[in-house]
Amino acid sequence: MNIFVCVKQVPDTETKITPNSDGSFIETNSIKWIMNPYDEFAVEQALLIKAANSGSTVTVLRVGGIKDTEALRTAMAMGADESYLVEADDNLDSYRTAKALKGAIEKSGKNPDLILSGKQAIDSDSLQVPQLLAQMLNLPSVSVVVGFEQNGEELTLKREVEGGTIEIYSVKTPCVVACNKGLNTPRYASLPGIMKAKKKPLTQLSLSDVGVTAEDQRVKYSNFQLPPEKPPGKKFETGDNVASVVKEVVGLLRNEAKVI
Amino acid sequence: MAKILVFTETTGDNVKTVTLEILGKLNGHEVDVVSISNLSESSITELAKYGAGNIHQLKGNHLEHYTPEGYSQALKSFIDGKGYDYVFTGSTSIGKDLIPRLAGMFDAGMASEVTNFIFEGDTFAGTRPLFAGKCLAKVEISGPKPHFITVRPNALGLAESPSAGAGSKSEASVSVDQVRASIKEIIKGASEKLDLTEANIIVSGGRAIKDASNFKILNELADVLGATVGASRAAVDSGYAPHSMQVGQTGKTVAPSLYIACGISGAIQHLAGMRTSKCIVAINTDPEAPIFTKADYGIVGDLFDVVPLLTQEFKALLG
Repeated sequence: MNIFVCVKQVPDTETKITPNSDGSFIETNSIKWIMNPYDEFAVEQALLIKAANSGSTVTVLRVGGIKDTEALRTAMAMGADESYLVEADDNLDSYRTAKALKGAIEKSGKNPDLILSGKQAIDSDSLQVPQLLAQMLNLPSVSVVVGFEQNGEELTLKREVEGGTIEIYSVKTPCVVACNKGLNTPRYASLPGIMKAKKKPLTQLSLSDVGVTAEDQRVKYSNFQLPPEKPPGKKFETGDNVASVVKEVVGLLRNEAKVI
Repeated sequence: MAKILVFTETTGDNVKTVTLEILGKLNGHEVDVVSISNLSESSITELAKYGAGNIHQLKGNHLEHYTPEGYSQALKSFIDGKGYDYVFTGSTSIGKDLIPRLAGMFDAGMASEVTNFIFEGDTFAGTRPLFAGKCLAKVEISGPKPHFITVRPNALGLAESPSAGAGSKSEASVSVDQVRASIKEIIKGASEKLDLTEANIIVSGGRAIKDASNFKILNELADVLGATVGASRAAVDSGYAPHSMQVGQTGKTVAPSLYIACGISGAIQHLAGMRTSKCIVAINTDPEAPIFTKADYGIVGDLFDVVPLLTQEFKALLG
């Protein structure tokens, strides 16, 4: 099988975000970057499928800045075979990202059997790229996937929806699957894996190489700012008077905050 | 005045509240509503009250359950040629999955999970959180129309005095050729309660809950308040709760009226996910816990003492 995995490099979840001086994006200089946590589940799933289907290859794709080779090297250290980086701004919109991914898949010369990604990137939080990419490639897609079974070309996928309800989808490859936490436990890259990854092929492409132009921009962000801070709240030490504190807070919720 | 279509889902006999939030905010524009699930008479009345003009009910094959291909083809064939400038819907499980695919069919742009918006003339300008709410940005859409927008539930609130629309209902047949990813089975979740992303009140437990069985006391409080129960990442990673209950940067971002954080210290990822809650109550034994910096009302105490008393007090008040 030709398995493709789309990954993104995002600020570590511990990062405090600061808008840049003209509000066009965030300050990116002193940020620790990690592989998007949901993408780790996609990489792991690709490696599990590869292990179960001899002769398969796992190709990792990324659209972003040059520093993002780190996420690609990490995926290859985990066991992916090769990778493609389409060099672009960090805040490219979803439409151009999906189009660039489609272009990179075509450049690879391989027909995809399966395209995996995280259900969303934890920086832009758009949840658009997997579905857009599927539409652009005219493939079916299933998102927020927490269970994956394969029987030849038939896949049985569990998708998580509201209230913990699970929808069980049946779909044939080729298709696009967007992965959620709970699908598997991502492996760590081993030291030999890290050494080997340095020699695995990493192809760099430009946006024009994959057919993306300025006219493909669909969404523009501006005016990045911190959310307004709330005024400080009221704090109660319970001590020996838990019941009276609770009574007071409940009264405030009704009469002051008016939320009950 | 822009020509706008709002796609609505239903829960039981009712339309989702987020639809009414969107309609109220769109007063002054020409707004139609479209639904694939059946709309009850009371839903039609409700939609009209909040400003819906024409209400279209779509019928066709392969639409019994939601599927991204079935619903997107149905909406594509309905929307084609009607000249809508914008298509809005709630950022729900369906909205998040469906709208990017539909936007792709029109080569159109999409803004996800906006929490507020204005129109400058006919032009949409939205505000949306990024980095799980650690910052906000203005979002504008360009390119072919219609432009697509999903709105986070509970973010806009219901308009207090909306202008009513005609609310005239009609049925339209749509054709769906092919559904390659199809639903074989639906396993209902344990809870019939609203999802965290739509809940008006949330009671969440953190690491201090110590055991999955202790969620019982949070469930009792939630039952009295009609609330949904959530959990912090620490509680999920310790195996006390499933990931579907996780609030935070690698879980769900929520915007309830009231968020009660029980035994949650307040890691930056958790604060990001719940900070847009209108009122926050925090219960923690550590007076220095970061959660207290975001709380409207902080109770320094043991959740095992405080929560049962809260349940009792609310029961007396609401019962």
